[in-house]
Amino acid sequence: MKVEVQVYPREGVLDPQGKAIAAALRRLGYGGVQDVRAGKVFFIEVAGSDANAVEADARKMAEELLANTVIEAFEVRVMA
Amino acid sequence: MKFGIVVFPGSNCDEDCYHVAKDLLGCEADYIWHHDRDLKGADALILPGGFAYGDYRRAGTLARFSPVMESVAEFAGKGGAVLGICNGFQVLLEAGLLPGAMQINRGLRYVCRDVHMKVENDATPFTALYPKGSVVKMPIGHMEGNYTAPPETLAQLTREGRVVFRYCDAEGRVVDSANPNGATDGIAGICNREGNVVGLMPHPDRCSEALLGNDQGIRMFESAVAALSAAG
Repeated sequence: MKVEVQVYPREGVLDPQGKAIAAALRRLGYGGVQDVRAGKVFFIEVAGSDANAVEADARKMAEELLANTVIEAFEVRVMA
Repeated sequence: MKFGIVVFPGSNCDEDCYHVAKDLLGCEADYIWHHDRDLKGADALILPGGFAYGDYRRAGTLARFSPVMESVAEFAGKGGAVLGICNGFQVLLEAGLLPGAMQINRGLRYVCRDVHMKVENDATPFTALYPKGSVVKMPIGHMEGNYTAPPETLAQLTREGRVVFRYCDAEGRVVDSANPNGATDGIAGICNREGNVVGLMPHPDRCSEALLGNDQGIRMFESAVAALSAAG
């Protein structure tokens, strides 16, 4: 199965990359851009067919390795 | 007195640390490969700078799963002196041996230059020979040195005197203009509650002999020799 893990800065944590991208977008003329938060996406292929088990595993992967929960939050989505 | 220098794939300041310990201080020194668990009888451990595991995912993240890190944690738990320099500091944070996390520098660029730091804790085995409140100059070279931690952790670090170094100007004023990376409260180095585990972003190993134009860093290593010799 394929699972997608999004990792991004927690609310309230300063995101220097996101801020710089927001400023660049405004300079390009997208004046309506109010905020950008920059993160990473991991597409993981896992053996198995139990979506709940795959999701639970992916959550553990995020907590143990993919995200640094001091500064990052994450979301897990089982694709198919 | 023996220094153990932990070598991860991608460490690149291991030889600098070895040179300081062995050639400049005349101590015993040995490299400890990240796959080994045997600390070879080291009295103090150094996690050197570099790019362990290519800094993949985040700086320090993958290094913390190296077999050697279990031995490092055990050594630290027993009160053993551990110093993390730059990438080594990042590894200690990711391993949970020190609190907090590193973000990308606020300028989004790799910063490589000399900085000044104020010594705020002279009770660690690596800072005993720096007078408290004194200003030391050391070079930095990093992309992720923007230290951050939850507010309660920051309050605790301050309350317990665990901020070891803060970025300051040449006169010792902790001001934002002297902060090279946006680190919260100008934090350049911290220690654990017991004080035996210390991490800092600047490089004492790159300023430990007059030949390099600055030898202020050698006091960190000399401090460890003095502290551990005194402890017997």
